[in-house]
Amino acid sequence: MEMRSAEFKERAVFAIHDASLQQALGKARGGFVGKRAQQAAELPEFEQLREEAKNLKNEILTNLDHYLERYEAAVTAAGGQVHWARDAAEAREIILGICKHVEAKSVTKGKSMVSEEIGLNEALIENGMEVVETDLGEYIIQLAHEPPSHIIAPAVHKTKDQVSDLFLAAHGGPRKTEVADLVNEARQVLRDKYFRADVGITGGNYLVAETGSSVIVTNEGNGDLTQTLARVHIVTAGIERVVPTLDDVSLFLRLLARSATGQETETYTTYSTGPRRTGDLDGPQEYHVVLVDNGRSRMLAGRFRDMLRCIRCGACMNHCPVYGSIGGHAYGWVYPGPMGSVLTPLIKGMDNTYDLPNACTLNGRCASVCPVKIPLPDLLRELRHLQHRQELSPPMQRRALSLWRFVATRPKLYHAGEWVATRLLKLLSSNGRIRNLMLASGWTDARDLPAPPGRTFLEQWQDQRGKP
Amino acid sequence: MTTARDAILRSVRIGLKRGALDDNQRAVLDARVPRHTRPAFDEDLVERFIRKFESRAGTVVRVSSRDEVPAAVEAYRAGLKLPARAAIGAALKDLAWPSAWSVSHGPATVDETMAVTAAVAGVAETGSLMLCGGPDSPTTHNFVPDDHVVVLDAGQIVRHFEDAWTVLRARPQGLPRATNFVSGPSRTADVEQTIQLGAHGPRRVHIVLIGG
Amino acid sequence: MAETHTKGPRVGLFVTCLMNVFRPNVGFAAVKLLEQAGCAVEIPPDQTCCGQPGYNNGDYDAARALARKVITTFERYDYIVGPSGSCMATIRHDYPALFENDPDWLGRAQALADKSFELLSFLHDELGATDAAAGVSHTATVTYHDSCSGLRGLGIKGQPRALLAGVAGLKLNEMEDSEVCCGFGGTFCVKYPEISEKMVDDKVRNILASGADTLLGGDLGCLMNIAGRLSRINAPVKVYHTAEVLAGMADGPGIAAATKESN
Ligand code: SF4
Repeated sequence: MEMRSAEFKERAVFAIHDASLQQALGKARGGFVGKRAQQAAELPEFEQLREEAKNLKNEILTNLDHYLERYEAAVTAAGGQVHWARDAAEAREIILGICKHVEAKSVTKGKSMVSEEIGLNEALIENGMEVVETDLGEYIIQLAHEPPSHIIAPAVHKTKDQVSDLFLAAHGGPRKTEVADLVNEARQVLRDKYFRADVGITGGNYLVAETGSSVIVTNEGNGDLTQTLARVHIVTAGIERVVPTLDDVSLFLRLLARSATGQETETYTTYSTGPRRTGDLDGPQEYHVVLVDNGRSRMLAGRFRDMLRCIRCGACMNHCPVYGSIGGHAYGWVYPGPMGSVLTPLIKGMDNTYDLPNACTLNGRCASVCPVKIPLPDLLRELRHLQHRQELSPPMQRRALSLWRFVATRPKLYHAGEWVATRLLKLLSSNGRIRNLMLASGWTDARDLPAPPGRTFLEQWQDQRGKP
Repeated sequence: MTTARDAILRSVRIGLKRGALDDNQRAVLDARVPRHTRPAFDEDLVERFIRKFESRAGTVVRVSSRDEVPAAVEAYRAGLKLPARAAIGAALKDLAWPSAWSVSHGPATVDETMAVTAAVAGVAETGSLMLCGGPDSPTTHNFVPDDHVVVLDAGQIVRHFEDAWTVLRARPQGLPRATNFVSGPSRTADVEQTIQLGAHGPRRVHIVLIGG
Repeated sequence: MAETHTKGPRVGLFVTCLMNVFRPNVGFAAVKLLEQAGCAVEIPPDQTCCGQPGYNNGDYDAARALARKVITTFERYDYIVGPSGSCMATIRHDYPALFENDPDWLGRAQALADKSFELLSFLHDELGATDAAAGVSHTATVTYHDSCSGLRGLGIKGQPRALLAGVAGLKLNEMEDSEVCCGFGGTFCVKYPEISEKMVDDKVRNILASGADTLLGGDLGCLMNIAGRLSRINAPVKVYHTAEVLAGMADGPGIAAATKESN
């Protein structure tokens, strides 16, 4: 998927004025937040589990090479094949290669953020294959020719009305207006696709080193139909998804559904281990796993290793007031919200992603709900630090910062500045407020600035109590 | 030529600022036993299982012995006026299914309306079924038909997910190709967060619970 | 209240930049509350800024330069206390992080961090001055905005409410989403004004829906942001820093309120 993060500002403003988007976002926000809070409250061990999940992820990352090798051996033993992809292009090539090898005409897909990350659909379509997204949300945005705007609810930005229109255009009339009818229509259309598919592609929430199993978690059952009915099953997953044992998966599962959709558990959790076996009556004849690095191993070296703990639950964006104001598309790439604002610059590079780490108030609500306790605000600040060091931040800002530093480290000068500001602002005010200040139009376009009372606190204090 | 595999593993090790682990270090990791917290609860396992499963729109009927299963399934079928046919896993072949039914033990095709599956375990923690694919229990049965009936013995209900793995590890067949945890009917909330059952998988999941 | 010592703890008051220029009254309220609670308050005149603008904009060197000054200025006191969760969270959490790799300064940064407190939580948790507002009356229906740094960085949530419970005539109506960011975010509000405006509008909507006539909070940045927006849309809600109310010093115009009677 092409990255458009450089247009963040324009797209954010556009989003704020998009009435249907705002309607859709408003509906989503309350639901996710309230349900998650309820689930967290109902599980007394929840905070303990967050701490344990964080620690286990750290332990896995410290030994990532070992677990990857163990995982590969286990997949091979189960009759599957593991492929390694350094970057997006390599991953596309591998998958395309498998599809061509089995002469695939039709490909079904369960929801997979890695496949969005590597721009898989475009590549398959260019090579003459029919690609059908089967997760309802993904299906909707595929019809709309849009990227997902959320990692677990890809069509969260669409209203029911918009879905009705898309379905009418794609499936013919009569136009359905009830959610039940819309869902049913998609069900009927997609049933046929599952059975005709040559290749089914899914993501992998967890890759179990102990058994070589890949795990998917869904509510709809689309991922299961995708991977069970196609001739060939391909799993795409980031290298950080490996988990030592089956039991370890349970720890993450207890956090995932509660954090993501505010459910105690999602409807389906499926462990797939290799292809169809002798005697099996269904299941794919081939089972492939494509392990994607795409910048992840690089992140192990420093501060950003924390980000590799991410289990892609979406809680950070559900709780982000910036995401809640502008939706996911403004972020310009696959991963939106707080986790995306960290990941996108790290995967796609620091150029053209300036706004992502900056368009954040560092309010910390994301980190307070992240099931693996990723310090997202700290990582965003760390990216700002990199931008500053690499001189990617605006020259104006850099000059302002050095001026500020020069003045603020000199108390006399600083207080003189405050002395002037206090009087100047007071002069510019009327009736206790300043309505329009050219130098701070970002502020005064939307708000009044309170007028200072005319003398600073420190001045007044000196007068009252004299020198200490 | 370096393969992508070697390049990635090397890059991982560079990131971790160390070389490959030696055999001793690997042995320690392989011997590691997960010791995370499991949610505590006092509730009776069977009661909790039923309560949790029903909370997600699943339905449960209780019978006292395995012989009563076909009649219970027939009552369910008749209640919904479903066609007299079923895909039944060979694991349940021995039961006396109504002679008027057309029964298949093969994989479910698109026109199959009801499947009957023998569960391997029930997890009380969340009210989830553990179903294992294999020659006597095709995975398509769990997802294709609109109605899915699952036969579970109360004695198969365990406390936590970890206990279900213990059950599975004890089976001679070991880990199947597909292990499905099913916690109710298929659902979606992808249109305006409105919950709708029967997205792609079964519209209804009904448990016939034996004993307990 | 804690046992009154002949000489209470020496508290260095951290004068935040916004308070110094825009709301000196908060400083006087802080002094009054601390002195009532038995502290010997001192205000070093050569203090400037905690360094947060540099830190949050990625200029760690500048932030360190400021941090060194704050450490040198305040390390001689028993405590450093300020009427802002945001500045105090910087001192408490970010200073040690800034000097992570500087053994010479790390110890001093940590020592200052350990004795740094936000005013309201200091009164309540450290001094046990749960009756700080004894004898104060302020007739108003208030709603409380939980500023993010104080809330998530320093665990400030119950303390201001507990202290306010001692104010006669004051009724608290909680707003929806009191823990959601108001859109201030330091330089964020001028770098991304449209997003900030959307966020402050959501906040204002919740404030108005609470039916309160007064908004209270513990951080001037947020309060100025919200008050400025309330003023711009002519919403009749007064805004004060909690310290002003607790000290019985909220009788003047609220933040960004008209100074003349007619509005
Ligand atoms: S960063 Fe944390 S909250 Fe956000 S998606 Fe990842 S795991 Fe979930």
